[in-house]
Amino acid sequence: MADAITVTKVFDLKGLACPMPVVKVSKGIKEVQVGEVIEAHTTDPGALTDFPAWANTSGNKIVKTDQDGDVIKFYIERVV
Amino acid sequence: MNNAAENLKETPAAESSKELTMEAIEKQLAELKKATDPKVSMIVFSGDLDKVLASFVIATGSVAMGMEAVMFFTFWGTPVLRDKSKSVGGKDMMSKMFGTMLPKGTGEVKLSKMNMGGMGTTMMKSLMKKKNVASLEDMLALAEELGVKIYVCEMSMDLMGFKREEMVQYDGLEFCGVAKFLEEAHNSRIQLFI
Repeated sequence: MADAITVTKVFDLKGLACPMPVVKVSKGIKEVQVGEVIEAHTTDPGALTDFPAWANTSGNKIVKTDQDGDVIKFYIERVV
Repeated sequence: MNNAAENLKETPAAESSKELTMEAIEKQLAELKKATDPKVSMIVFSGDLDKVLASFVIATGSVAMGMEAVMFFTFWGTPVLRDKSKSVGGKDMMSKMFGTMLPKGTGEVKLSKMNMGGMGTTMMKSLMKKKNVASLEDMLALAEELGVKIYVCEMSMDLMGFKREEMVQYDGLEFCGVAKFLEEAHNSRIQLFI
């Protein structure tokens, strides 16, 4: 794939309920450098609206969102 | 027309007033900047499990969003921050009564609805565990870890006869009055009363 995303770190947030996915992803993004991408897996349907809201407010960027059954995968680039 | 001419004549005075205005504007700007701190100030008035839980969810969520979070525990919210394992003596009868009747810490807090003599709260807690929703104890620890600031209302402490020694160990917990809350609220983008 030409547009393959290089993921630096993967976070398994499956089964976690609000506010934990957002809390963990906000901590997780700080574990990589600016410009690097993390992958977060969650089963919280609320994350579909919450993660973009978190990214908008914190200034980071969701590069891609995938849904695999109940699991939602976010690819998030650290911008700040 | 006349005014314009007068203004022209009074150039030196106009200049100095302009300078003053600039200073005032800068001062206002600094004030405005402060007011737009990405901060959430919350009054936790309620001592109900559901409402206190919601408060902690918002507080920890705020930090995750890159905001600062400040919680003010007052009135019925105050006993939530008591430490179950601590007991202090030397209280008068009324204080003792309040101490016995009010929940002692996060573990004894009840639902605002459907408590049903404690049965509802027990059921809700087991449901929360099953659904992987963090308990109040976990949320308090998480809030501390994330640096959520907690203030406790001194007046409520005094009114209900609580002593500082019986409150939970929480990093940065402070006791204050209404002025501290108003200062924080004044400098916050979001203010909530729960």
